[in-house]
Amino acid sequence: MDWEALWLTLRLGGLTVLVLIPLAIAVGRWLAVTTFRGKAVTEAALALPLVLPPTVLGFYLLVAFGSGSWFGQTFQALFGHSLVFTFEGLLVASVIVNIPFAVQPIQRAFEAIAPDLRDAAATCGLSWWRMIWRIELPLAWPGILTGAVLTFAHTLGEFGVVLMVGGSIPGETKTVAIAIYDRVQAFDDGAAAKMSALLLAISLVAIALSYLLTQRIGRRHG
Amino acid sequence: MDNDVAEPGVVTVRLNQKSPIPLDAELSVAAGEILALVGPSGSGKTTTLRTIAGLYRPNGGRVMCNGSVWFDSESDIWVPARQRRVGMVLQSYALFPHLSAVENVMEALSDSPAEARRAEAAALLSRMHLDGLADRRPASLSGGQQQRVAVARALARRPEVLLLDEPFSAVDRVTRRRLRAELVELRRELPMPVILVTHDLDDVVRLADRMCVMHAGRILQAGTVEDVMARPDSATVAELLDLEGDHVSATASRN
Repeated sequence: MDWEALWLTLRLGGLTVLVLIPLAIAVGRWLAVTTFRGKAVTEAALALPLVLPPTVLGFYLLVAFGSGSWFGQTFQALFGHSLVFTFEGLLVASVIVNIPFAVQPIQRAFEAIAPDLRDAAATCGLSWWRMIWRIELPLAWPGILTGAVLTFAHTLGEFGVVLMVGGSIPGETKTVAIAIYDRVQAFDDGAAAKMSALLLAISLVAIALSYLLTQRIGRRHG
Repeated sequence: MDNDVAEPGVVTVRLNQKSPIPLDAELSVAAGEILALVGPSGSGKTTTLRTIAGLYRPNGGRVMCNGSVWFDSESDIWVPARQRRVGMVLQSYALFPHLSAVENVMEALSDSPAEARRAEAAALLSRMHLDGLADRRPASLSGGQQQRVAVARALARRPEVLLLDEPFSAVDRVTRRRLRAELVELRRELPMPVILVTHDLDDVVRLADRMCVMHAGRILQAGTVEDVMARPDSATVAELLDLEGDHVSATASRN
């Protein structure tokens, strides 16, 4: 069992959720309540990671992180090192890959809030922030939770992009998914089986937990 | 009716726009008075109500309440809904489903500390005959109880004008009659102007002092309920009020 890879994977999953979910709440709510020209194109662009081969996405990220791009240059100038083959690079890639998994359930949750409730909040004199905090976030909570769990579980299993952007540096970019691949390549089926079973168990528990909590919240609001 | 004079406790509304929905209406309601807006769906009655609440901004017009200007298209004044002291009961009641009855009412009582707000909200619920139901969530309340919570929440805002959008449409006939009777009781204590949107003439007769018959964004006839019901000044009004043809000709010949 590669504990180092497991710890790195869990850390990556947790940090991806922490960075992505607040952004996804902002974007998801915005998409839920506004209509504008080009909305369909925006939504399509955000859904792209669902359909693009991970290697294609990984390739573009690699190019964007490289010293040939303005993003790569800016990052290098600010932090003194490149994003390629680093944990930070992996985190940025993971956030981008997971955008649809986080944004879509959150957007649906905000769309499901009856517009009447926003009218009622306004005529009750609630400030915009109070309306978000007291009314919308609690009602959208099941969707936010689903987004977080999907993001976390999907990060655990991401392979192609991680391999392209991160390589397989132990302790820096070697996740469990990569470690499993490594073990299989080395004919160490026992270790691969153990890690696969663990990943399966963690994913199952995470998803089951989110279903359970969503159901409970649904009953409470019902 | 003069929209440019500020009278205490009075709400005056003037709406004029050609698109997206044509509106051309002018009305004024005094404190303690109930005005009913009657008309078929699409006649502009709910839009008029939403304009007063600040939930809809027409291209042209003016809304004044209790001496202050809430909306004036000419001088580009627009006070957002959350800054208008409006009590509104929406057609669906729009109670916050994740909050209990008392918490729903507390949301409209903004500034005081939580304990004071809870006590005040409980008093309002009790005034609406909802004792013992304060901790229930909307889903476990009957339609009539939900409507009362919605009225309590609207009153909690200490509104300068009370707006009721089809407040009885979501309940059965028996409940409707009981709620209406309660509102008749309550209205004696209400110091502010009240505007009631309805398509039910029974509501109008039992609750309202005056009525405006609206059609296609215009007010066809306005006056006391007795006057309009007895003397509709056009066939369209009589038709909209579903008055019998002989009844109209009879009152017409009598006058």
